[in-house]
Amino acid sequence: MAKLIVHQEKITNSQEFIQICPFNAMQEKDNEVIITAGCRMCRLCEKKGQGAVEYIADEVQPQIDKSKWRGIAVYVDHVDGKIHPVTYELLGKARELAAKIAQPVYALFIGNDIEKEADELLHYGADKVYVCEDSELKYFKIEAYTNVFAKFINEVQPSAILVGATPVGRQLAPRVAARFATGLTADCTVLDIKENTDLVQIRPAFGGNIMAQIQTPNTRPQMATVRYKVMDAPQRLDSAVGTIEHLDVAACDLVSHVDVLSVTKKAKETTIDMADVLVVAGRGIKKKQDLQMLEELAGLLGGEVASTRPLVEIGWLDPKKQVGLSGRTVRPKLIITCGVSGSVQFVAGMNHADMILAINNDSKAPIFKTANYAINGDVYEVVPQLINKIKAGEAVL
Amino acid sequence: MKILVCIKQVPGTNKVEVDEKTGVLKRNGTDSKMNPYDLYALETALRIKEKYGGSVSVISMGPPQAKAVLYEAFAMGADEGALITDRKFGGADVLATSRTLSQGIKKFGEFDIILCGLQTTDGDTAQVGPEVAEMLNIPSICNIEKIEQVQDNTIIVDMDMPEDIERVRVEFPCLLTVKKDIFQPRLPSYIKQQQTQKKDIDIFTFSDMEDQNEKKYGLSGSPTHVERIFPPTSDKIQQHWQGTAQEISGQIYGLLREKKFIR
Ligand SMILES: Cc1cc2nc3c(=O)[nH]c(=O)nc-3n(C[C@H](O)[C@H](O)[C@H](O)COP(=O)(O)OP(=O)(O)OC[C@H]3O[C@@H](n4cnc5c(N)ncnc54)[C@H](O)[C@@H]3O)c2cc1C
Ligand SMILES: Nc1ncnc2c1ncn2[C@@H]1O[C@H](COP(=O)(O)O)[C@@H](O)[C@H]1O
Repeated sequence: MAKLIVHQEKITNSQEFIQICPFNAMQEKDNEVIITAGCRMCRLCEKKGQGAVEYIADEVQPQIDKSKWRGIAVYVDHVDGKIHPVTYELLGKARELAAKIAQPVYALFIGNDIEKEADELLHYGADKVYVCEDSELKYFKIEAYTNVFAKFINEVQPSAILVGATPVGRQLAPRVAARFATGLTADCTVLDIKENTDLVQIRPAFGGNIMAQIQTPNTRPQMATVRYKVMDAPQRLDSAVGTIEHLDVAACDLVSHVDVLSVTKKAKETTIDMADVLVVAGRGIKKKQDLQMLEELAGLLGGEVASTRPLVEIGWLDPKKQVGLSGRTVRPKLIITCGVSGSVQFVAGMNHADMILAINNDSKAPIFKTANYAINGDVYEVVPQLINKIKAGEAVL
Repeated sequence: MKILVCIKQVPGTNKVEVDEKTGVLKRNGTDSKMNPYDLYALETALRIKEKYGGSVSVISMGPPQAKAVLYEAFAMGADEGALITDRKFGGADVLATSRTLSQGIKKFGEFDIILCGLQTTDGDTAQVGPEVAEMLNIPSICNIEKIEQVQDNTIIVDMDMPEDIERVRVEFPCLLTVKKDIFQPRLPSYIKQQQTQKKDIDIFTFSDMEDQNEKKYGLSGSPTHVERIFPPTSDKIQQHWQGTAQEISGQIYGLLREKKFIR
């Protein structure tokens, strides 16, 4: 901020001096003239003060040289070399963005014994895949991974970096962003790029009630995380175009205060709060065994089955599966309610879902007020036919 | 053992609308509450203290009225609290918030374990925890679903990863972010609330920060700029479908493909 500095030694008569200010913003305190919060920056004191007041202008914020930062980089998310599909989606996006500014696409692959997998990335349009391998990097360790990431940025100087919003990406990206004192925009749903290489990042805010367009105009690299299944998966190219580069890492960069003691494979995720897709059973489901039909649909969509309270009360489902005021609050990308009337207590737990499909045979069911797609039909007819269509579609692919 | 929990005051509701003409946020209701995710972090801290001894401190950055969440934490059992507040800190993004918080934490004391919620309901980034850890130069572990045990100067925790659970041992000092449901948060105690309602808290302002470069705080210390805000489009449009099950299931199938739920 611009400010005024008082040179006390140049003031001859302080009582007279403070009269200069039309806003009474100068005071005498402990034999010194000070400028108070009442100052309006009219600078009359500077003009009339005969050198006793000096104006310090706002330092013009130095603009960074954006041409020194080139290319769009993607962090390769993986478990033991098995690449998470969000990586390919991001490579597709990176290629699209890079084409607009005629710059290269990079991938950063950190782990142990991963070189084989790195080739695959070249089939998705990476111009250069930077591979950093070390036995110390077998497991995700925050400090070591951050150090390698930082080294990559220092060597390659990419303009923008895209990271999958996976449990690894979500903790790694912020540490890197903090180290470079740069911006990181979480969970972007739309990405574009301007001619001057500024990344245009759009993300939901306030629980999806509002969209915000965010830019990082004066720092590089620009960083963004993106959730799985938000961007389109690109076609795999038959021929690989780019090259693989090796990134060396110093032993001191691998020092860690974290020890991985054990890694236990998870039983299939069963919490409904984290599921992207939920198929909800309501009292329109007549028998316990009919839930199998919904399980099958949920399985095909990579989701979970949840339910309304009455079904939990008769013991068909675990209480952890109940959505609503006295159950769980959920915010999946897609929720399909099957034979649910839509009581206020139920709706309170799910009305923030991104997309709500309600199947009910009563055209006046209250759930239709909340649903984006109000589908008037019989669950017992619609769901089996939908399942058949999905299966037939898979067979075609 | 000294434990610190970072807690934030958030709006009581997410029901906001954008005035289409002015682009200004219209918030319905002005009530605020403790970020619900931070209740789990606080509960975790209290459980560790009850089992292994030590103290639980809480810190928050926000306007003066954010004091309320500190007192809420006292009523649940926190021992001391600090509020980082200054007009200079307004308009901070993740980086500027993390910088201010980390500076405030340094001022507040030395801690073995710093706990954060998984995310906030207003910022909703889940980034502040790890950024604070980076600035304090300490290890961070996110997504913790279980505290296994505290041993000497380390803590053993279970981190929830996409396909597996990683059990890791971290040295103190460290920063942990915990998942919802790690423990059921307790209710505030009336007696504790009565006992602590006049408790002193530390107030830190810009002059308490070690880094005295004003440009690193608030709006000017924020590398990200919000260019515009606008209401979400498309999906909220309502459609009514009826017809034969054959037709309807075909329509649903088409929709699910278009929206990439089926590949
Ligand atoms: C304090 C309190 C808290 C509560 N908390 C919760 C809570 O957290 N979660 C919760 O779910 N409930 C809660 N309830 C209960 C709630 O009020 C409702 O009773 C409950 O949600 C109704 O469940 P439902 O929609 O499955 O059943 P119903 O209301 O019986 O609705 C069944 C629907 O299925 C339709 N249907 C029937 N057959 C078919 C078919 N073949 N094809 C298509 N549609 C069909 C019907 O038209 C009907 O609309 C709470 C109640 C109270 C008082
Ligand atoms: N202003 C703040 N004051 C104290 N803690 C905060 C603040 N902002 C974020 N945090 C902590 O960081 C976590 C993640 O916040 P966020 O990155 O905003 O989703 C929260 O759960 C809090 O523990």
